[in-house]
Amino acid sequence: MISTESIKHIARLSRLSFSEAEIEQFTEQLGAILNYVDQLAELDTTGVKPASHALPAINVFRDDTVLHSLSQAQIFMNAPETEEAYFKVPQIMGDK
Amino acid sequence: MTEFEAVIGLEVHAELLTESKLFCESAAHFGGSPNTHVGPVSLGLPGTLPVLNQRVIEMGIKAGLATHCQIPRITKFDRKHYFYPDLPKGYQITQFDQPIAEKGWIDIETAGKAKRIQLTRIHIEEDAGKLVHAGADRMAGSVYSLIDFNRAGVPLLEIVSEPDLRSSQEAKAYLEELRSILMAIGVCDGKMQEGSLRCDANVSVRPLGREVLGTRVELKNINSFKFLQKAIDYEIQRQITAVECGEPLVQETRLWDEQKNRTISMRSKEEAHDYRYFPDPDLVDIEVDPSWVQSLEESLPELPAARRLRYVESLGLNAADAGVLVAEPAAMALFEATLEQYDNPREICKWLIGDISAYLNDKHVELAQTQLTPHKLAEMLTLLEKGTISGKIAKTLIGPLLESDQTAQALIAASGMTQISDSSALEGIIGEVLNQNPTQVQQFLEGKEKVMGFLLGQVMKATQGRADPAQTNQLMRTLLEAKKNS
Repeated sequence: MISTESIKHIARLSRLSFSEAEIEQFTEQLGAILNYVDQLAELDTTGVKPASHALPAINVFRDDTVLHSLSQAQIFMNAPETEEAYFKVPQIMGDK
Repeated sequence: MTEFEAVIGLEVHAELLTESKLFCESAAHFGGSPNTHVGPVSLGLPGTLPVLNQRVIEMGIKAGLATHCQIPRITKFDRKHYFYPDLPKGYQITQFDQPIAEKGWIDIETAGKAKRIQLTRIHIEEDAGKLVHAGADRMAGSVYSLIDFNRAGVPLLEIVSEPDLRSSQEAKAYLEELRSILMAIGVCDGKMQEGSLRCDANVSVRPLGREVLGTRVELKNINSFKFLQKAIDYEIQRQITAVECGEPLVQETRLWDEQKNRTISMRSKEEAHDYRYFPDPDLVDIEVDPSWVQSLEESLPELPAARRLRYVESLGLNAADAGVLVAEPAAMALFEATLEQYDNPREICKWLIGDISAYLNDKHVELAQTQLTPHKLAEMLTLLEKGTISGKIAKTLIGPLLESDQTAQALIAASGMTQISDSSALEGIIGEVLNQNPTQVQQFLEGKEKVMGFLLGQVMKATQGRADPAQTNQLMRTLLEAKKNS
């Protein structure tokens, strides 16, 4: 289970604002997801080696070469605010 | 009164000299207009996937080998989560429990005393974007912030020492040695002012002889060796005073304020950190084959410690000079190349770390930006040795030699700076000086030998320093003695 306080906290850190109704809804939905994932804990994993991946591959590399970057028009396409050639973000600390 | 000792550990971040970023093909170079080296991966756009730059792994292994670390067979990448505008994905890709290298050491020397500093680990991680805080010189007080993502995703090595350092001098010696090693193996350019080498220091104090560590403070924002020493010294004193006065110390992050020469507390973070580390599912494990490690080990150049020893033992440099030279790869390369054409290591070293280094510091330029070549330096030193030019003239030649593409010979010819060592020419000039200064000559004849210094100075003035000093001295004495006897 996850508390409504946790949802509010995560929302604040993510700079998202939700209505009370939405918070209720997300608490319920995220709780359901967590419960679903919790089923994994029911498995007996004694003697199973920890794995960091499901993939059988190792050593996937690329060469150290430079290819094109995005144009500024593309870079800023989704940015709510920009100033000169920068992304502009609200004051980082000091908000409640 | 209780005596205290400081306990210091350093975390050093070194930007790697790769062409492209850690996980994408954007350029990793320093500088450039804001947001010009940015691709979809740097921006953390949904649907993008990181692909590991192989050279970063190789550089990590090299750095590990050069600092006597063990290179584990398996290494992997993890996600470290935190919310901050310079980190668009919401997590940093780093290495948590299986770093590229661990358990190494670096030997340092302070005031002639050698000490081995243990390294905990070296891990690879991506750098974040750069924030510019508008309306204030730092975050506190700014109204909004601007972000440049050029640096986001640039590969870094984080090198963590054990808390083995006991003074700011040891911390400086450790950082200098680490910097020399990283530069020698070609993985980092070591430019602290530009941020390609950054250092955080964990500092605490405890009564001498006590095992338990005191409350630790993390110092950030240190971008030079000078500030590293000043910040640590300030912090040690601040903590000792607090303990003596019975004031509680808090575990916190403090910034070095270079204007006010003190450390200041950063405003507390929004919450206690829970980074929720887990293996990055987008990146598979890396298996480091021993043969790969071996071939990288064989590719390592001579390391600073070995090179210093060679310079002292085979080339006859003194230890301090060898240390200065080896700490600057550009000067060292020029030294080696000049040595092939002019066989006097001490003389080459003297000029490189003396007048040439002073010129570079004065003009704020780097050796690579000047016109100096091994050939030009060797030629000048040969002319100096042959007596064609005096040491004084050679000093005045350094500027022109570094600024123009002319050879020393050409510069001397053009300015007529050759040394005058023709005795008849010198006799003429000395005779004239003696005629113009009868009072001083009289004083000499009355036994006041010191005035000869003044008379020699007049000859140098008349020849703009070109008179051969030894010969002038000898000739003048002969002429004066002749006057005495006449």
